Amino acid sequence: MTILTDPPEEQFRISMLLSDTRYRSLTFQGIALVVLIFAIAYLAGNLIQNLTQAGLSISYEFLFKPSGYDINQTLIPYTSQSTNLRAAIVGVLNTLLVAGLACVTATIFGVTAGVLRLSKNWLIRKLMAVYVEIFRNIPVLIWIIIIFTIMTAVMPAPSAFRGEDPDSTMLLGLFAFTNRGVYVPGPQLASPLFAATALNWFLVVLFLVGSWFGGRALGTWATAKQEATGVRPTTWYWTLAIWFVPAGILLAIMGLHWQIPALKGFNFSGGIKVGGPLIALWFALSIYTGAFIAENVRAGIQAISKGQTEAAASLGLRPGRIMNLVILPQALRVIIPPLISQYLNITKNSSLAIAVGYADVTATLGGITLNQTGRAIECVLLLMLFYLTISLSISAVMNIYNNSVKLKER
Amino acid sequence: MSDAHAHSVAFVRTEVIPQSPPPAQQTGVMKWLRDNLFSSWANTLLTLVAAWLIYLILSAILPWIFNGVWNADSLTQCREILAGRTGACFAVLTERWNQLLFGYSYPRDLYWRPVLAFAIMLVAIAPVLFFDLPRKLLIVTALFPFIAFYLIWGGPILTPIVALLGCGAGYVVFNRYGKGNFAAGFFGGIATAFVVWGVGGFVVDLVRPETPWMTPVPSRDLGGFMLNMMLGVTCVSLSVPLGIVLALGRQSDMPLIKGICVVFIEFVRGVPLITLLFVASVMLAYFFPPDSTVDLFLRVVIMITMFSSAYIAEVIRGGLAALPKGQFEAADSLGLDYPQAMRLIILPQALKISIPGIVNVAVGLFKDTTLVSVISMFDLIGMIRGPILASTEWNGVYWELLGFASLLFFVVCYGISQYSQWLERRLATDHR
Repeated sequence: MTILTDPPEEQFRISMLLSDTRYRSLTFQGIALVVLIFAIAYLAGNLIQNLTQAGLSISYEFLFKPSGYDINQTLIPYTSQSTNLRAAIVGVLNTLLVAGLACVTATIFGVTAGVLRLSKNWLIRKLMAVYVEIFRNIPVLIWIIIIFTIMTAVMPAPSAFRGEDPDSTMLLGLFAFTNRGVYVPGPQLASPLFAATALNWFLVVLFLVGSWFGGRALGTWATAKQEATGVRPTTWYWTLAIWFVPAGILLAIMGLHWQIPALKGFNFSGGIKVGGPLIALWFALSIYTGAFIAENVRAGIQAISKGQTEAAASLGLRPGRIMNLVILPQALRVIIPPLISQYLNITKNSSLAIAVGYADVTATLGGITLNQTGRAIECVLLLMLFYLTISLSISAVMNIYNNSVKLKER
Repeated sequence: MSDAHAHSVAFVRTEVIPQSPPPAQQTGVMKWLRDNLFSSWANTLLTLVAAWLIYLILSAILPWIFNGVWNADSLTQCREILAGRTGACFAVLTERWNQLLFGYSYPRDLYWRPVLAFAIMLVAIAPVLFFDLPRKLLIVTALFPFIAFYLIWGGPILTPIVALLGCGAGYVVFNRYGKGNFAAGFFGGIATAFVVWGVGGFVVDLVRPETPWMTPVPSRDLGGFMLNMMLGVTCVSLSVPLGIVLALGRQSDMPLIKGICVVFIEFVRGVPLITLLFVASVMLAYFFPPDSTVDLFLRVVIMITMFSSAYIAEVIRGGLAALPKGQFEAADSLGLDYPQAMRLIILPQALKISIPGIVNVAVGLFKDTTLVSVISMFDLIGMIRGPILASTEWNGVYWELLGFASLLFFVVCYGISQYSQWLERRLATDHR
């Protein structure tokens, strides 16, 4: 007869905290917790002691006091009498502006260079390799400074545009490149529907969003029709109409016209002034990050095996549809995650604005406000909070995307 | 039969044609040109546009470089020598060479010290980079931090010796006890090192000489490209071990440790380096004990190390994730404990996979050392934008200086990335 015996009742002994792997992790975590608490207490103690010694305290009241400095490029109304908080918001908007612009152009540069690096043309291939290597291996700060120097030291002064036979002329009579910034034609509304300018443009954007939904609906309808009859109706002119007619009518009602910059006195006026620092930062971030994106795009396209193309071709798909239906969906899965982290890098690198005097949030909140109020801890914490919010929200979006395109495996 | 055949066709060749070379269009340069540059009209157009672009760039840059003036005292003198021709004024580089490399205020007669330290660094790095070199050279690597510290900062010679003794004692203890019980050896080693440092620090203070052999140089006198190199080398070498610890912590199944590592990594990766440098320059001092003076260089090193260790941790985590689960299970089934499994089985493989990523982080970090110019440290960029361009002699020589800085960084960064590609091929042990 076999006798089943229970394993002997084990009693917990203190020594098992070290010798038994089941409890050892508890010991380690306990030690880690104690060390962490002591470290935090030590740092906080030092902080409090230092602050009392310097006669300071943590307070955010300075945010609601007048800032007392001017900002040359603002998206919202701002004067030196506005609060420090408003200066910080101006900075945040400027950061988002340059980051958004740079993301778009960096994608364009990067995709172009990445595709051309795989071109059959030897010269183009080598040229793009040189571009990527040069821009990846030189610090972005140097690129920002180089382009800023071009904008300020090489571009002509506005006075060079004066006179019968000026040294410089405006490009196509519309754009003026000067050392004070670039002047481009600006849209003006002759008979706006609302008093606040922003509201009018918001209405236009609303119309465009509506057009986007309209376009989607049209696409769905065309697909349904194709599945029912086998023939896809031609819709491109409808799409064009949906996009342009409503917004066009709205803009016509509001009396859209373009104001062309003209030399008045010592400077250009009219149109939109894009400051040299903004252009330096925008362009430098674009070409620098573009080089990284080019490598991502190349890797993404090369990651798709040739068999995919051949399989699609043997199914009878035309080259255009092979690209759209087979190659791109797979390549994008490889390209988009690093692309988004490059966008994140652009946003973080835009903090280099402080080196060329562009008023982003680092330059306003972390630069002038910090120096004028002396509130170092508060300013730096707010600054980090802003960047963390952006980074974490972009990461969250990326995780959702990654999960949605993940290869469905066992 | 053959007769009929002979009559049905007009001509039958009876001898073999001798082999002839392929048509000129299908061979050699012509074929290469047709295939690679002029295969279609679109390709031809692209080639012409690219050639035109290259011509534009070269025709602007080459005369500028070859007409360059290397000997002059100021920009105005350069312009006089050039007499209206286009040409660079490289004289600024020759005249300000020392400032570009060593900064504004490093004592002139002591330049040999950083130069010697740089030369020893090359020897110290070599055995780490190239495995074929004799392993004995690693002794130089181990001694290098102390030698370099002594050479660059000077001061009493006992300071680096005590630091070295502490590390040595810690290593001996770890070697003695770490084989059996990793934790005991590790913590024992650290404790020993601290004991030695404590006693040694006391002794150093006691016998501090009036005039040390090496004139002490304060950290604020460091500058130029030397500062970039120092920050880059120090922070990379410190952040690799820290990154390994963070990555292992993030993989750990202890929730508290994992939590600490995740929060640290995500926090540091979420903020730009500039904000961390602000912390170093204006905020970190508040967290040190009152009346202690930790100089800016050390504070910057702390923050940059934190920054890059978070990135390296993510790279190594990728390497750990890429290892097949069988490796972990095999290590467990051999009866290895956690430190043994990590040291002998997991990390060697995971680190090998992560080398390209680590090198990328290192290159990025080296480029990012230029950001210290924003918090008014005079590194290469700080020197160029500050003292040199602001001086009356050289106000306006942007391109020569910025070009020089770009060239220096390009050579170093491109070199490192080429090395990493070579290493990747070298370490590729899987059979493809």
